Amino acid sequence: MASVLAVGTAQFAAAQKINGAGATFPAIIYQKWFDEYHKLHPDIQINYQSIGSGGGVAQLTAGTVDFGASDYPLTDDQASKMKVKVLHFPTVLGGVVPAYNIPGITQDLKFTGETLAGIFLGNIKKWNDPSLTKDNPGVKLPNEDIQVVHRSEGSGTTFCFTDYLSKISPEWKSKVGAAGSVSWPVGTGGKGNEAVAGTIKQIPNSIGYVELGYAVQTKMLYGSVRNAAGNFVKCDFNSVTEVAAGAAKTMPADFRVSITNAPEKNAYPITTFTWLLVPTKIPDAGKATAIKGFLQWMLTDGQKFAAGLGYAPLPKEVVAKETKQIAEIK
Amino acid sequence: MATTVLGTAAVRRRTTRTGDELARLITWAFAAGILLVTLLLVWQLWSTSALTRHKFGFHFLFSSTWNPVTEEFGALPFIYGTVVTSFLALMISIPLGLGSAIFLSELAPARISNALTFLVELLAAIPSVIYGLLALFALVPLMRSYGDPLLKHTLGFLPLFKGPAFGFGVLTAGIVLSIMTVPFIISVSREALLAVPREQREAALALGATRWETTWQVVVPYAKLGILGSIFLGLARALGETMAVTMVIGNDPKISASLLDTGYSIAAVIANEFSEAPGATYQSALIELGLVLFFLTVVINGLARLMIVATTKKGSKR
Repeated sequence: MASVLAVGTAQFAAAQKINGAGATFPAIIYQKWFDEYHKLHPDIQINYQSIGSGGGVAQLTAGTVDFGASDYPLTDDQASKMKVKVLHFPTVLGGVVPAYNIPGITQDLKFTGETLAGIFLGNIKKWNDPSLTKDNPGVKLPNEDIQVVHRSEGSGTTFCFTDYLSKISPEWKSKVGAAGSVSWPVGTGGKGNEAVAGTIKQIPNSIGYVELGYAVQTKMLYGSVRNAAGNFVKCDFNSVTEVAAGAAKTMPADFRVSITNAPEKNAYPITTFTWLLVPTKIPDAGKATAIKGFLQWMLTDGQKFAAGLGYAPLPKEVVAKETKQIAEIK
Repeated sequence: MATTVLGTAAVRRRTTRTGDELARLITWAFAAGILLVTLLLVWQLWSTSALTRHKFGFHFLFSSTWNPVTEEFGALPFIYGTVVTSFLALMISIPLGLGSAIFLSELAPARISNALTFLVELLAAIPSVIYGLLALFALVPLMRSYGDPLLKHTLGFLPLFKGPAFGFGVLTAGIVLSIMTVPFIISVSREALLAVPREQREAALALGATRWETTWQVVVPYAKLGILGSIFLGLARALGETMAVTMVIGNDPKISASLLDTGYSIAAVIANEFSEAPGATYQSALIELGLVLFFLTVVINGLARLMIVATTKKGSKR
């Protein structure tokens, strides 16, 4: 009892409190990480508020949090508004998959970037459109209208999906563009993965996009997508991590990179990193040491939690590069 | 002896006076506090939306473009969605709520009335996200399989019920909102009806009126202000409702003549997009939508109050 009390007070005396805020997509694993890290280092307590990437960047700019988190890298404009230079640390990877509900169809459909862009632009209106039947021989696609479902709120998932479509389709790029929330040409919006999934289940002949982790956990039917090498790849944690491994070779030093439409043979094309944003100068030396320690742990032991929580772990090539970047925090 | 009695009386009077004064000050401060909060709210919305107010001006209210990528923003589809869903909600909940309130206060035995009123008040306390989920998983399939096809089949010649329908949309949102506003209308209207003096009823009955004539021509007009108050309360909830609406309205910023089509509301778009809105213009546009919602509420409530004044005057002339 006495020792517990003693530990309790010692912990309280030396407690290092660190505040972070940002992206909602990786919030589940971040909470787990900060919790586990607190168990290992009772003197360090990291609070994370999943208020959204936009909010995270805004709070970091205002200097009200010690670090931010975002599903999209900072734009040059955003980076220039920061008082000190901010480093990007990729933490985990996510994949975005096309999920659908067509009565009578239980097999995996094949999509290309062009057909996905066509569907979400409203150019491909029927499931038995020649461009879809051509890629799916042997599947009896119905002569029914396609009902498009998308995310209604701004999200990293939407950014990843629209970023991919912008790379594939010039029409998408000029008419819609890539962003966390866009002006959708067609379709119904659902708030969050759960509402998109719910809406897809509700509406026959519908298609939408959800995060890989969510689709796997809820056992949704989702299709494979043709990658830049011309192979149809079904998304799983391995095919996502492989993308990042390939991208590590050409990755810019600041990790601000989009990894959609990767060239590797077995790469799944709709994938993204999510980033922690850490300032290079942290005035409080104790805080700086604590954050550096956490980053080191996150890149090694922390990665083991990823797959169980629906995220793809970082490949070792990226981990090696990031480990070097930790030294830049002063 | 006499002087001491007088003295204590004077002291007592003085303490009551200071007590009164204190109570007056405190309640005055509370009332002023509410006004202050409202003013601060408006000021905050006004100042933080300066960017888009200057950039788009009044065009913001009449444009139906909402494109975060090109940073072009207009509020019209959201205003339309908010007004139409709230209007639909009241169209359904006023007759339903008033009818129930009349039954509960005039016709039902006291025990049943009390039990039902308790249940109605429970309904008012259910969080809106629960209504939203129920609507998403129960009402939407019902509308898709039965409601929408029935309307298209019978009233499909009207533009209001034309076009594609898959359960989500403005009408479904209106129905959910009506379920959410009805408890307010029932509960407050019932109180107003119960407050009508017994003599009013007895006098009407004595003059040979039937029970229904008494209720409809004497009791309801007497309780009119309370009933209208209950409708305002319902309207306020409908205008500002967020979660339940966003789950069933379809979240598609467009203005369609069809009630079966999808739409969007002001509260829903703010809740959906604010957290992940990068860029100052985008955030400012969402804050300006909040300002628009505030003024919309003021205008609608103002119009409703004018309506009361007009109808009351007409009544008194008679």
